[in-house]
Amino acid sequence: MQAKSSHEAELIARVVAGEKDLFHELIRPYERMMYLTVFSIVKNEVEAEDGAQEAVISAYRHLNSFRAEAKFSTWLTTIAINEGRKRLRKAKVAKEDSLDEQIEEREGDYTPAPLTDWREIPLEALERKELREALRGAVADLPDTYRQVFVLRDIEELNIEETAHALRVNAGVVKVRLHRARLMLQKRLAPFLKTMAPTRKWLFGGTR
Amino acid sequence: MAIRGYPMKLECKHVWEHISEYIDGSVGAQLREDIERHLEHCEICSAILDSTRNILILTADNRTFELPVGYSKRLHERLSKEMGSSEKDPKRE
Repeated sequence: MQAKSSHEAELIARVVAGEKDLFHELIRPYERMMYLTVFSIVKNEVEAEDGAQEAVISAYRHLNSFRAEAKFSTWLTTIAINEGRKRLRKAKVAKEDSLDEQIEEREGDYTPAPLTDWREIPLEALERKELREALRGAVADLPDTYRQVFVLRDIEELNIEETAHALRVNAGVVKVRLHRARLMLQKRLAPFLKTMAPTRKWLFGGTR
Repeated sequence: MAIRGYPMKLECKHVWEHISEYIDGSVGAQLREDIERHLEHCEICSAILDSTRNILILTADNRTFELPVGYSKRLHERLSKEMGSSEKDPKRE
């Protein structure tokens, strides 16, 4: 990790000093994250790709304003979020302007789905394409603010503090949204997982 | 129902409230212990925990959230173009 970040710091310094082509190498590990971050906001592939490109260009143009005390990945995430929000506002797809620091007052039903006659999803079930599709659909259907937290935290694997910083909300808000997002996904996918997980294998030709 | 050896029985609902933090390893030592004791005898909560965990494993799998075909190539082409054009404009930030 240390080696990675010192290599990264060196690349940044060299790009800023004029070795522009090295930016290709610098940004490569973050391309996926940039796309998924914008996608989590705009929910449209074409718009997300366009936005990710813009965000990467913006990072390139403003690289000299990056301060080493920040984490490069968080800095990039913030740029991607801003680009996504800008596009969302432009498209007037949703009333997202005031999503910062929303009060998590909604009580709602954030309980998981009990899986009574089921123990564990067999690993092979996780290999099923249908399950991945169902998960993509379920994530897309999460409320916007929950989806954004979920994507940063569980897809891009930012920690709580980094997620909070990137979304400009406090850590408590991140935790609440993350918890609710995960339980909503569990609830939504539970019936699906259940039908995919034969509890009595011997019924399907195996030996008892 | 009193359970032998448990000073306090943790209810399922209480476990659910902390499931996300439990998965992240950010609950305190005492609560972690209480949750683990509960999980030992509660199949429902164990199943909920496993399924939530498996969803997160699936989420982190790169095949679940794929990028559009050719995305990287187009991105770097665009970047090269930008680098070429900013060469002509050295004042650009």
